[in-house]
Amino acid sequence: MKTRFTTDTKLESEIAYFENINLKIESGDIIDSFKLAFKTYGKLNADKTNAILVCHALTGDQYVAGNNPITGREGWWSRMVGPNKPIDTNKFFVICSNVLGGCAGSTGPKELQNGSDIAYGGNFPSITIKDMVKAQSLLIESLNIEKLFSVIGGSMGAMQALQWAIDFPDKILNIIHIAGALKHSAQNIAFHEVGRQAIMSDPIWKNGKYFENNEVPERGLSVARMIAHITYLSENAMHRKFGRKLQSRDIISFGFDADFQVESYLRYQGKSFVERFDANSYLYLTRAMDYFDHDETFRKNIEFSHNPNNHLKYLIVSFTSDWLFPTIESKMIVNQLNSLSREVSFLEIDTDKGHDSFLLEEPQLDDVIKGFLTNNFAKIDE
Amino acid sequence: MNKINSIRKDWSLIETLIAEDRKILDIGCGDGGLMEQLENNRNAITHGIELNRDLAANAIARGFNVVHGNAELDLSQYSNNSFDYVILSQTLQAMMKPKDILSELLRIGSKAIVSFPNFGHWKIRLQLLISGKMPVTESLPYTWYDTPNIHFFTIKDFLNLCNEMNIVIEKSIGLTSKGRQFDISESVTGVNFFTHEAIFLLSYKNYEPIKIKSSKKVFAKNSVIAN
Repeated sequence: MKTRFTTDTKLESEIAYFENINLKIESGDIIDSFKLAFKTYGKLNADKTNAILVCHALTGDQYVAGNNPITGREGWWSRMVGPNKPIDTNKFFVICSNVLGGCAGSTGPKELQNGSDIAYGGNFPSITIKDMVKAQSLLIESLNIEKLFSVIGGSMGAMQALQWAIDFPDKILNIIHIAGALKHSAQNIAFHEVGRQAIMSDPIWKNGKYFENNEVPERGLSVARMIAHITYLSENAMHRKFGRKLQSRDIISFGFDADFQVESYLRYQGKSFVERFDANSYLYLTRAMDYFDHDETFRKNIEFSHNPNNHLKYLIVSFTSDWLFPTIESKMIVNQLNSLSREVSFLEIDTDKGHDSFLLEEPQLDDVIKGFLTNNFAKIDE
Repeated sequence: MNKINSIRKDWSLIETLIAEDRKILDIGCGDGGLMEQLENNRNAITHGIELNRDLAANAIARGFNVVHGNAELDLSQYSNNSFDYVILSQTLQAMMKPKDILSELLRIGSKAIVSFPNFGHWKIRLQLLISGKMPVTESLPYTWYDTPNIHFFTIKDFLNLCNEMNIVIEKSIGLTSKGRQFDISESVTGVNFFTHEAIFLLSYKNYEPIKIKSSKKVFAKNSVIAN
C-alpha cells in the first residue's frame, strides 16, 4: 500500500492520502481514494509498543489536545490527553484521526469528489462505524505500527473501539470503551432523526447542495445541535446549571426571546456549532451511529473470531446519569464478555453530568484510565 | 485479632488452598488485595466483582480485572465451570440468598472457597445467654439494626446445608479467637463451640462415571458437573 503524507498548515494537521485504494465499504459502494486528517502526540518508542488510538465522538475531530485551529480553543480531550495527563503523552504515542465522513480534513461530504471540483454533498456514500475503523486501520498500517497498545473512545468513539475489538483484535491489546453500547437504541435513532429532519427541512439545505451557493443551512443545523445537546446532559445537571434563571433580564418578556438562561445557552451552542461543523457530515455521521448494531452478533463475533482475540482486555465505563447510553447497555457488553471468560473491567461512575461526563471533570474516570493504561503497559514491558 | 489482621490471616489461609496457575474469581474483591496476593504467590489469573464503587475503581486503577457489580444479581453472566476457584471471603452471611449463592459458586467454579465467622462460637452463645441481647463481637462487630450480616449461621448449619446440597467439603480450616489454626474435620468434639472463623474448600460430589455399555462403544458420562 502506497500512502502519501502531507502537512496541512492551515489545519495544523497531518493528512494521509490513500490513492487508488478502492476501499469497499459496508454499503457496497467503493471509495477509490480517500484521505484522513490526523494528529499525533508524544513519541513512538523504538519497539512501537506505546501507540494509542483515540477515537472521537460524533462532533469531535483529530484535535484531541493542544490548539484546535478551527475553533481557536483547546482540543476536545485536553484534560485527558497530554504530558502527565491520564493518557500520558510522555509515555504514550497518541494518534487521533478525523473519521471518514467527518468535516475536519478527512474525506467526507464537504470534500471534493475525486477528479472534480464539486464537493460530494449528498453524493457521498453512506458510511458506517465499521468503515471508519477500516480507514483508521489503514492509517495505522501506513504509520508502520503493527499493534496498537490501546483504542480509546467515548460515545461514537466507544463504538469505534468496540468495532476495533471485533474486526482487528490481532492489531490491538486493549480497548477503553466509555459511555457506549452494542447498538444504537430506538430512542437514540429517534433523536438523530429529529436532528436530521431539522437540517433537511431548512430550505437552504437543498438536498445537500447548499455549498454551491456558498450557503449553510444554519437554522436546521443549529436546531439539530440544540436537540442533541439536551440529550448529552441530564435533568439534574440542567437544573443545577440553569434552574429557571432568567437571561439578562429581571422579569419575563411575555414573548419568545430567550428569557431563560437555558434557552440562551442552547441557542449559543447551536450557533457556535454551525461555525465549525458541516450539515451534511452531521447527517452521514448520525446515520453511521444509527446503523451500529452488534446486539445479536457481538458474542458470536468474539467467540468465533478468525483473528485471535483471547488476549484482549476491555475497560468498560458508564455514567449513572447517562440516559442516552445508559449503564444497562454497557453491562450487556460486560455480561457477554464475562460469559466468555474474557478479561473485562467495568465501572459505573456516579455523576449527574449525563452522557457528556466523559468529556468533563470526573476524577474517577481519570484514575481508572490512567491506572488501567499504566498497569497494563507495565505488564507488556516485563 | 483486629479486622485487618483477620482478613490478612483469612487470605493467607485461602492461598494455602489454591494450586498454582489457576483461574480465580474473587467475589467481593475490594481493591484487589487478595487478587494481587494470588497473582504474585500462585501465578493465578484473577477476576473480581466488587459492589462498592470506590473499591472497584481502585482495583481497576491497580490493573485488575474487576467488574463493579452485585454478586447476587451478576453471577448468572458467568458460564458453567469457567473458573478453577470461586472465592467468597467473609461475605456469605451478608447475602440475601446464601443457598443460591453457594450453588452459583459451584456452578461457575470447579471449586469454591467460602470463609465466614461462626455464630456458634462460645463467646457469642454466652453473650446471648447472659445479656439476652444480640451479640457484638470482633468478627461480628455490628449492632443488630445496622449490620450488613443478615444471615447468621453456625458451622453445624453450614455443614448441614452442604450435605443437603451434595457439596463435598474437601478441606476445612478453623481458627480460634486467639488465631490458633486447626482442621475442622479432624476435631469433631466442640468444633462448633470454639471455632471463631471457618474456611472451607468445597466441590460437588464427584460421582463415578456412569458407564453405558453398548455393543460397539463404551460411553462415559458424569452425572453432575465435576471438575
